[in-house]
Amino acid sequence: MKTNLSFDFTVDKTTKTVFVTREFAADISLVWDAFTKQEILDQWWAPKPWSSKTKYMDFKVGGRRFYAMVSPEGQERWSLQEYTSISPKTNFKMSNAFADKDENPQLPGSDWDLNFSEQNGTTTVSVTIYNESRERMEKMIEMGFKEGFTMTLASLEELLAKLSQR
Amino acid sequence: MRRDVFQAIADPTRRAIITLIALQAMTPNAIADNFHTTRQAVSKHLRILIECELVKQEQQGREIYYSLEIEKLKEIDQWVGQFRKIWETRFNQLDKVLSAIKKEKK
Repeated sequence: MKTNLSFDFTVDKTTKTVFVTREFAADISLVWDAFTKQEILDQWWAPKPWSSKTKYMDFKVGGRRFYAMVSPEGQERWSLQEYTSISPKTNFKMSNAFADKDENPQLPGSDWDLNFSEQNGTTTVSVTIYNESRERMEKMIEMGFKEGFTMTLASLEELLAKLSQR
Repeated sequence: MRRDVFQAIADPTRRAIITLIALQAMTPNAIADNFHTTRQAVSKHLRILIECELVKQEQQGREIYYSLEIEKLKEIDQWVGQFRKIWETRFNQLDKVLSAIKKEKK
């Protein structure tokens, strides 16, 4: 599906922060539900071919969502999220950490701040992730990957294409 | 210390070496000629690249040639895009879910 809805993804290496902003062609109530109700969340949260399986989700301040990303082979990667602040249809915040299957989080995790706003039937969601816990991601940010290597990589891609033609 | 491809590319000189030998296999001297640092420094970077299995060495006559392990490099390439891709895919899926719900409601 091709859309002209804006998508923005940036990484700030000094603050180890990831920003993701995206527009959706739906009103704010619907988009809010999609982020805060497990039966909708599980339909889109995991990038295919992975699937999202929420064991429980208690969307209230201090409540938690315990869920797994399930690989096509059935491998489960559990995460534990805890809601730290909720302003209905405007904002919610949560902490996020990988966990084992017994709900023991692997700390430190990351802190998420999600903002919702609507204009003319289009809803914008801005996600800010502080201290992205994914070990790799953090490494990448420290390396200045997004900034420093994108160019090299683009030229490298050309090279690889050439090389593979040989 | 654990070595992997991400460590290999963490350093700007190593990234430059990678780009350089992606074109053709080169001797350490020829590689060092492209940098304003000492040969020792370049050797050290090459050693790390070998330990990370991103570069392989081959003896040709008296000379040792360094060349790139293309497959290994693709690993990085895949990872770089992965994080962004996760979000792209996730949100494209959400588009579909939203439009399905909207249709149901009508």
